[in-house]
Amino acid sequence: MKEALRKPVDVEKIRKDFPIFKQKIRGMPCVYLDNAATSQRPDQVVDAMNDYYQIYNATIHRVIYELGEKATDAYEGAREKVAKFINAKPEEVIFVRNTTEAINLVAYSWGRANIREGDKILLTVMEHHSNIIPWQLLAKEKKAHLEFIDIDGEGLLKMNDFEKFMNEEIKFMGLVHVSNVLGTINPVKEMVNYAHKSGALVLVDAAQSVPHMPVDVREMNCDFLAFSGHKMLGPTGIGVLYGKRELLEEMNPFLSGGDMIREVHLREASWDELPWKFEAGTSNVAGAIGLGAAVDYLNKIGMKNVREHEKQLTKYALDKMMKIKGISIYGPKNVEVRGGVISFNLGDIHPHDIASILDGEGIAIRAGHHCAQPLVERLGVVGTARASFYIYNTEWEIDYLVNALEKARKVFKL
Amino acid sequence: MSDMYAEMIIDLYRHPMNYGKIENPDIKAQDTNPICGDIIEIQVKLNEGKVKEVKFNGKGCAISQASASLLTEMIKGKKIDELLKMDKKDILNALGIEISPVRLKCALLPLKVLKMGIYSYLGDSTKVKE
Repeated sequence: MKEALRKPVDVEKIRKDFPIFKQKIRGMPCVYLDNAATSQRPDQVVDAMNDYYQIYNATIHRVIYELGEKATDAYEGAREKVAKFINAKPEEVIFVRNTTEAINLVAYSWGRANIREGDKILLTVMEHHSNIIPWQLLAKEKKAHLEFIDIDGEGLLKMNDFEKFMNEEIKFMGLVHVSNVLGTINPVKEMVNYAHKSGALVLVDAAQSVPHMPVDVREMNCDFLAFSGHKMLGPTGIGVLYGKRELLEEMNPFLSGGDMIREVHLREASWDELPWKFEAGTSNVAGAIGLGAAVDYLNKIGMKNVREHEKQLTKYALDKMMKIKGISIYGPKNVEVRGGVISFNLGDIHPHDIASILDGEGIAIRAGHHCAQPLVERLGVVGTARASFYIYNTEWEIDYLVNALEKARKVFKL
Repeated sequence: MSDMYAEMIIDLYRHPMNYGKIENPDIKAQDTNPICGDIIEIQVKLNEGKVKEVKFNGKGCAISQASASLLTEMIKGKKIDELLKMDKKDILNALGIEISPVRLKCALLPLKVLKMGIYSYLGDSTKVKE
């Protein structure tokens, strides 16, 4: 078989696992292209969560009965699956609500103990708000400084900016792996290596990478890594913070209370071991189990195949979309350094009007600033429309999108 | 929904009515729709308690821009207390299209801004309702 014909993923088979695609949206096909915001969930994930609720529902840890043991095994089993998925150790995987909470955990727990007046924190202009605001608050509180790596015309980080900042004693760097607006895949491994040589710790926002490509925290050698379950076929309300063991060991708890303790007296307490030290209160057991099932599902397809499928689809979409008259597409055109995210504008049509017209065709895309307002300002536009892909999206859906965009051009007489 | 994009809406988006600024307006207010970043400013010059001149400016989607054109056109010559009585129905009637619930905020932003301006002119900025 010729290389061009090789399909890394059996999309039609996959789509059968997602009941949401069986419905019509006001008589139109349900074309879901907002995967950078949240993915859909297959039966396998929902079933795993149902099993927990219907068959072995109980609280976890410190329970001396059968149901609780089963629930604990499933919860900790999910942690092991997630750890293996990113090549971490289970005790380095902390379950949180989402990427935002994971970054907040680091900003509060590590940041407040280590960032001092005058320290510099380096970010990039392409960060999601979740990797900006926690550092803004920390910098204000500690009178520290925020610096930002700019992007070039292609939407790639300016490496000379980065190197220049690295000579200025950066204490900490927050870096997005894949931009949720531009799709840019940043050279995280090289940047982490460089930052470490300059003595900076690095947190990687992997919300848009872990769901879409193989991610290996040992190879990347990042100090912290954050991602969300709901963008990778898992349920909402469960996310992950990975941290290097020695860093997590020395950090204070972020949230405190039940379950995260070793011993409690009226005026003092000691903490449980990793990772439980950071998991206060009753955990999102069903969420973790659902995320574990999502990891199983993705492993069955293989993350290399997921990436390959999206790469082919993105290339197909870029080729077709670039032919639309009046379109502006943001971010790198080379799919080797671009994930399955395409932000665009069409003539003078406001992104929200594009989204409304596409909605009329059953197509779900995103419009606005995508929680990356500084980046959208940097691009010099009021917002962008954004289509983002996943394992269940097809070339037919891209054609359908392109067709709908042509309709939008007609409606707006472009 | 394409039904939202009647010819008139597109025309008003490209060629808005009453777009611009007034020197020394009596009423002036501005607001944004944080969901989509639409921004509308409305300025009004009064004469004996009636709208003598009105302009709007800002950036936004076709719905909010068309709505601002129609609103500013509608209120010319009207008394302030009449303006305060205007509501959602008046705007939707003027637009004459079906607005999907998620876009209602865009359509109603100009009216909200106008009322903000009037209340602050009357010395009570706490009364602005969505």
